[in-house]
Amino acid sequence: MTDLTLQNVTKSFGHVKAVDGVDLTVPGGTFVCLLGPSGCGKTTLLRMIAGLEDPTEGRIRLGEEDLTAVPAHRRGFGMVFQSLALFPHLTVAENIGYPLRIRGRPKAEVRRRAEDLLDLVQLSGYGDRSVARLSGGQRQRVAIARALAFEPRLFLLDEPLSALDAKLREAMQVELRQLQRRLGITTIVVTHDQREAMTMADMVVVMSGGRIRQADVPSRVYRHPADAFVADFIGSSNLVEAVAAPGGLKVPGGTIPGLSCPGGRCTLSIRPEDLTLTLGEAHIRGTVTFVRDLGATVETFVDAEGVTLVSAAQPSDRPAVEPGAAVGLTVDVAKAVVLP
Amino acid sequence: MRREAPRSAADFLPIALPAAVLGVFFLIPFGIMLAVSFFKRVQGGFYEPDFVLDNYARFLSAFFGGVLGFSVLLAGLVSLVAVAIALPFTHRLARMRPRAQVAWLVGLLSVLSLSEVIIGFAWSTLLSKTAGVTNLLVFAGIIEESFSLSPSFGAVLTAMVYQAFPYSVLVLYPALVRLDPSLDEAARTLGASPLRAFFTVVLPALRRTIVATLILVFVFALGSYLIPQMLGRPQHWTISVLVTDQAIYQSNMPFAAAMAVFLMLACLALIALAGLVGREREAIR
Repeated sequence: MTDLTLQNVTKSFGHVKAVDGVDLTVPGGTFVCLLGPSGCGKTTLLRMIAGLEDPTEGRIRLGEEDLTAVPAHRRGFGMVFQSLALFPHLTVAENIGYPLRIRGRPKAEVRRRAEDLLDLVQLSGYGDRSVARLSGGQRQRVAIARALAFEPRLFLLDEPLSALDAKLREAMQVELRQLQRRLGITTIVVTHDQREAMTMADMVVVMSGGRIRQADVPSRVYRHPADAFVADFIGSSNLVEAVAAPGGLKVPGGTIPGLSCPGGRCTLSIRPEDLTLTLGEAHIRGTVTFVRDLGATVETFVDAEGVTLVSAAQPSDRPAVEPGAAVGLTVDVAKAVVLP
Repeated sequence: MRREAPRSAADFLPIALPAAVLGVFFLIPFGIMLAVSFFKRVQGGFYEPDFVLDNYARFLSAFFGGVLGFSVLLAGLVSLVAVAIALPFTHRLARMRPRAQVAWLVGLLSVLSLSEVIIGFAWSTLLSKTAGVTNLLVFAGIIEESFSLSPSFGAVLTAMVYQAFPYSVLVLYPALVRLDPSLDEAARTLGASPLRAFFTVVLPALRRTIVATLILVFVFALGSYLIPQMLGRPQHWTISVLVTDQAIYQSNMPFAAAMAVFLMLACLALIALAGLVGREREAIR
């Protein structure tokens, strides 16, 4: 399998650097998610990989081959667009067969391959339909089948599931991941949904301001965020200003023992599930301001000296408290992350 | 926004005035013209009420049939050339910065404010021997002596395309602005060169708009009667020129009316045919 290598890839639009010096290696056969808020440069980066934008600086390589100056139609990368971009004047099978027809393959082969792909995306028998008469999920599958029809060297998807409703989106995430495993194709997906990224990816690349903040396996990005931005963007996190104090770290509402700051001052990232609500002895004391019952978990918002902390627990694992109650919060010290 | 069909008298009010104007100033005159086309011409006079088919019979001669054929061919050619130039132009225009788009559109609209007479005179000057473009070739040392490019078929075609071009752009523009740019990009990632993507995806996706534009420009060009006279030889005169000639100079109202009616019928038939072809191709899908 060939690796995709991005070397100092930069894209400027006027004075604005949409992508700023990105270095990244995508190992062959892996599933990578480019994750970040809108405007972070993730789509621009994907478009440069696809050949739809030229990098202002830097090089893009696939294995030994330098692709930086190769036009999109010679790269052989399958891409699924956010709008799906199904060709309205062609049927489902003609859409899927388009890349093969362009390559001058015989008609019978094009037809056969289209049918195989329809089977692959579970749309057997839909070949002669007009694309206008498909549901959102079906259109999605056609776009995926079309991008895979010519056995691309790289599979790129730009926010492919954003138009689907929540339930269908989750089902498609699992399906897409299984499809990628079965084909073993190197896949890069752009998304702003961290749950989507965590569900599908071997590697999550968190971007912000045109730069990569962290590129790692999902569990490490979640458990060991590189900075406050990543901690906050991946899941929700309590970010607390901390100061070194005798016996631990001084935070609003109390002191947490067993942690230290290298520079004396730091930010502490604590996941809501690592913050236990208690009525007895605790690290931090505060007042309940809001209780959010989500069914499977209950989130309790606690005000500690003007800072709001969120604790999440299963309903049976927490004391029944109402807003206004004085409570304590205990930190799972082993899971708290000290950020510079 | 309400979606029901208009029902009460108040609902119909906004369309009452346009309908009345259309009825009084189009349908009634057309009815009179239709009636006149069956009237009998009085030599040296005007015409008297009658029901004769002479006017239509005379029209079915080789000469007038030839002129009709030439008119349809010219209008067809004008619409094809105008749309062929306007399409790539508008495709580019729709991807420009908004401010540049406005500047181009205002420029094109100002061309529409020119009358046919001014366009005709401007082109006859541009194509003349004394002040025409061939003088530039002389200046550049490519040819020895300047020459006149008009009257000729090319001159008629050029001026009519010039006149039709802004219309083509304005009709194509909204569709091209709405066109999803990722259609073209998708075709490219799937292996089509930019040119191939344009012909296999952009063009077919715009099929309906293109047919509509062709029809509009065709009808518009069919009515042109000043430019063929100013820039063409008599064999380049269209049926509209002959209608004017018969009505004004020969005082043969019944025959002019018959030609106008026939021109309109031919026009409607061609539009219906284009619509039918479009729908049939749709049905195959």
